[in-house]
Amino acid sequence: MEQTVTHNTKWWSGGKSPFNIEYGKIMMWYFLLSDSFTFGAFLISLGTVRFGLNYWPEPSIVFNTFPFAGHANLPLAFVSVMTFVLIISSVTMVLAVHAGHNRDKKGVEKYLIFTIIGGLIFLSCQAWEWTHLLTAKNPVLVGDHIEVMAQRNGFNPWGEIVLPQDVAPALAKTSPETLATLVHEQHLSHASHAELLKTPKDQLIQMLSNSEMVVRKPGPAAFGGFFYGITGFHGFHVSIGVILLIIMLIQTKMGVFERRGRYLMIEKIGLYWHFVDLVWVFVFLCFYLI
Amino acid sequence: MSNHYDPTKDISPSAAYPEVSFAHHTDDSTFKKRVIRTTVILSVLTVLELALGFTIYALHKGEPSHALLLFIKGVVCILTLAKAYYIVSVFMHLGDEIRNFIMTIVVPLLLFIWFIIAFLADGHSYKTLRNQYDPYFKESTTPSGHPVIPSDVHKYNSQKGQRQ
Repeated sequence: MEQTVTHNTKWWSGGKSPFNIEYGKIMMWYFLLSDSFTFGAFLISLGTVRFGLNYWPEPSIVFNTFPFAGHANLPLAFVSVMTFVLIISSVTMVLAVHAGHNRDKKGVEKYLIFTIIGGLIFLSCQAWEWTHLLTAKNPVLVGDHIEVMAQRNGFNPWGEIVLPQDVAPALAKTSPETLATLVHEQHLSHASHAELLKTPKDQLIQMLSNSEMVVRKPGPAAFGGFFYGITGFHGFHVSIGVILLIIMLIQTKMGVFERRGRYLMIEKIGLYWHFVDLVWVFVFLCFYLI
Repeated sequence: MSNHYDPTKDISPSAAYPEVSFAHHTDDSTFKKRVIRTTVILSVLTVLELALGFTIYALHKGEPSHALLLFIKGVVCILTLAKAYYIVSVFMHLGDEIRNFIMTIVVPLLLFIWFIIAFLADGHSYKTLRNQYDPYFKESTTPSGHPVIPSDVHKYNSQKGQRQ
């Protein structure tokens, strides 16, 4: 039936939307189109820099931790949780929009709350991941000695691996404080950090050279800039989305859409929310998979 | 106005705004089936992507061939595009809109084809030229022993084992 209407309607004769969509919804689509080019430009510039360098850290050496799992090597695990959270929140958003079509106020409220919770879980996961990357203690070969470093502005600890024969001389030139921290971080001794500081240097070096500690050189500086820039910009979009959803929830509760006779605003915010999910699909691809 | 098509006659409850001529009406059971189907497809595609991600990780423990890695990464990119298609077409209902509108969204997106090819080629050409004319850059940044991919934790440990 819709097909016949499409063919027989004079779409451009005025009085109706030639695209058969309400004005605000069209504008939301065009905003999202332009936003996709913003994200696209960011991700493509990442690609350009990556294609322009001989070395780029593998995702599995950077993103291999999980909350409360300590030093266990779990590549991709945490980000898969984040991805599924966002997919599920997208599904609950579809359900909220559909409930809106049916003018089911209770349904809209319920699914909006689920979606907001999904968004908040995603943001908390991202906050945890950023904190972890910024505070982790990685052994890095700086010049002729080893330093304990996390991701810093213009620096990251995920460079090329240092071969065992180069680690031994570097350990000899490393400060005792750093050695104590490394022994403590690698769980090589039951002694506390303070006790380790009093341990003779040779003993610390002995413990470390018998361990499975991996030392790396500093990685390409652009890595951090792109990672925090792009995931931060995406996280900013998610935050805006959560705020908009909360406003929608309040308006639904106040009966604004009920009185208006339509839940069109839910549809528009829904489009935005799905777009945020869509962008994550590509961020996931560019940072974590390839 | 009188001899034109009168949209207000065709209004369904969900399309109670004047400029829209007809609404897409899906009954609850069809809708439910469609959402469940899309959710399953998206989850399966994500699981496949993760499986390939782990394959890449496992391959890095040995000496992977560049072509094989490129092939796997290409497959992951295609799976991602499939996911994007399902999100846009079903969740965002773009597939239900009329053709003219779909085209105003999809045609500008074609710019990405040029965008990606041109800028990746640019990066690649920069690297090639730098490696050719700046030996220091080449020496200091090319991973030792592995022209393409750096060695992995596992590799380090096995080398260590041999040493002891």
